[in-house]
Amino acid sequence: MIKGRVWKVERDGKLIDDIDTDMIYHNKYLHIVDRKEMAKYAFSNLEGWKDFPEKARKGDVLIVGENFGCGSSRQHAVDCFISLGIAAIIGKSFGAIYKRNAINSGLAILECKDIDKADIKTGDEIEINIETGEIFKNGVVVAKAKPMSKIQLEIYKAGNLFEYAKKMK
Amino acid sequence: MSTIIEKIFSMHSKDRVEVGETIWLDIDVRTARDFGGAQVVKNLLENYDGNYVENANKTFFTFDTSAPAKTIGYAQNQQICRKFARQQGIRVFDVDAGIGTHVLMEEGIIHAGVTAVGTDSHYNIVGAIGAFGQGMGDVDIAFVFKTGKTWFEVPPTIKVHFNGMPSAAWTAKDLALFTIKKLGRKALGKAIEFYGEIIDALSVDARITLASMVTEMGGIIGFIPPDDATIKWMEMATGKKVEPVYADKDASYDEEIDIDVSNLKPMIALPGSPSNVRAVEELPYTPIDTVFIGSCTNGRLEDMHMVAKIVKGKKIKDGVTMKVVPTTRRVWKSMLEDGTMKILADAGAIISNPGCGGCAAGQIGMTGEGEIQISTANRNFKGKQGLGETYLASPATAAASAIAGYITEVEND
Repeated sequence: MIKGRVWKVERDGKLIDDIDTDMIYHNKYLHIVDRKEMAKYAFSNLEGWKDFPEKARKGDVLIVGENFGCGSSRQHAVDCFISLGIAAIIGKSFGAIYKRNAINSGLAILECKDIDKADIKTGDEIEINIETGEIFKNGVVVAKAKPMSKIQLEIYKAGNLFEYAKKMK
Repeated sequence: MSTIIEKIFSMHSKDRVEVGETIWLDIDVRTARDFGGAQVVKNLLENYDGNYVENANKTFFTFDTSAPAKTIGYAQNQQICRKFARQQGIRVFDVDAGIGTHVLMEEGIIHAGVTAVGTDSHYNIVGAIGAFGQGMGDVDIAFVFKTGKTWFEVPPTIKVHFNGMPSAAWTAKDLALFTIKKLGRKALGKAIEFYGEIIDALSVDARITLASMVTEMGGIIGFIPPDDATIKWMEMATGKKVEPVYADKDASYDEEIDIDVSNLKPMIALPGSPSNVRAVEELPYTPIDTVFIGSCTNGRLEDMHMVAKIVKGKKIKDGVTMKVVPTTRRVWKSMLEDGTMKILADAGAIISNPGCGGCAAGQIGMTGEGEIQISTANRNFKGKQGLGETYLASPATAAASAIAGYITEVEND
C-alpha cells in the first residue's frame, strides 16, 4: 500500500489536461544529469504551479488529468518527481513514453479514467493498492484504477529497471 | 490475421503477441543521442560492472540536438558519450552528421521490418518506411544497450483510410496537421496504419513528414506501407533486397477511420499546441518576425525544393529572418550541388549545418517575448522555442509567408 497526501494538479477547479514534458521539466534544464538537482525544476514551466517543489513533501501523491506527460521522451520529467519524493501519480491517462519512464524508474503510476469524479481533494490522505488498483480514503474505496501489469509490478517491486535487469537471466 | 506491428513484433519476440499483452521485444538498432545519451552512459556505469553493451555493432550514438554543442553542458555530455563509444567500439554519428533517425535511414541501418529505439520522441518517424521505432527515456535505452531487448505492451492498431484527392494545392504537412485535427484523441496509445490514394501519392520525404507527426497525434507509431519507390529507396540505402512487412487482408483493427481529404487545404497549428489546427485562410492578418525551415518533420531535400521554388528570384520581407536547417549532411550537400542553397541565400535566408535546429533550444536561435515565428517543425508548446509564439505549417506556407511578411498560403499562379 502506498499512503500519501494528495495534490490535484488543477486550474480553476479542474484537472489540467495535456500537461507536456516541457511544462513538467523545461528543456533549458536538460543538461542536468544529477537527479537531486532536478527536484527544484518540477513543474517549473506550468503556470500556477511553479512553486510546487517548495510545497511538496516526501510521500505526496499527484492526481493529474488526461494525457499527462505528452511530448518529449525526457526521463527528467519523471526523475524530478522521484527526487522530490513523490510516491505515486494517478492520472486519467498518460503519454505512452511518460508511463514507461515512470515504471522503469520505480515510480508508481496508475490510470484511472474517473479519478476526477472521486471524492478526493488536495490535502486529503489516500491509500493506494497498486496490485488491485483500489484507492482508499478513510478506509473506504473511493476510486478504482487499472492495476499495473505483471511485468510492470515486477519492475516496481525490484525498485527500478536496472535492479530488475540484475535478476534477469 | 495480423496488423503490421503484430507481424514485426512476432518476428522479434518469443512471447505470444496479442494486443494488451506485455512482451519482450528484440531490438535491432539501439541508439542514444546527445540529449539523453550522457544519462544512458551514467546509468550503465553506475548500475553495472562491465558488460555494458550487448552488441556494439547494433549500437550507435547520434548527436543532433545541440550540433555543434551550444552550451558547455551539451559539450560535456557529447564528450561523455564519445569516450564511452571509443571504449566500447560503438559508432558515433557526430555533430556533423544530422538528425539521427534520418541518418540511420539514409545509411540503410533502419529499413522496413527493423525494430529501433532511441532517446528521441520522434523515433516513430521510421514508420514512414515500414520500420518500428520508438522514442524512450534514458533508463529504457540503457537497458536496451545492455540486454538488446525491451518490454513493450502490444498496442491496438487503428486503420486510417484517406478518401478522395484534394482539389487545392497540398503538402504532406497539411495532411499531417489535418489528420491531427480529425483524429483528436483517437490514436492515443495506439499504432496507426495509413492507406488511401493520397498515401500512394507520397514520396519518401513526404512519408517522413506524415509519420513524424504521429507523436503529436498521441500514437505509438504510424506505419505507411512501403510502395515500389520506397522499397527502391531502401534498397539503394542498404545495398540489399528489402522485403517489407504488410498487414494481412483480414487483420483485426481496433477501429477503422475514414477521413475525406477532398477539401484538404493548407493548414496551420496555432501557438501552444500542434492540435489547435485551422486552415491558413481562416487566420486573421498575422505579421511574422521569424521563419524556421527544418526539423525531422520538414527538413528534407523535397522540403527545401518547395521553399526554393517559392522564394526564387524574390527577397524575404524586410524585418523578417528565415532560418534554414537541413536534416542531414546528405541533404545539405545536395542543396549545395543542385543550386538550392544559392536560391535561398539570394532570397536572404540563413542556412545552418544539419541537425534538429529550431526544435532544440538554441541551435539556430530562440524567440523573444512577442516574437511571431512560423515554423515547419512538429511542436509549438509554450516556451519550447523561446518566449515567442510559434505557428506550425508546411514549407510552402512558411516560404510564402516569409516573402509576404505575414502568414499566407502560396498564391496560385
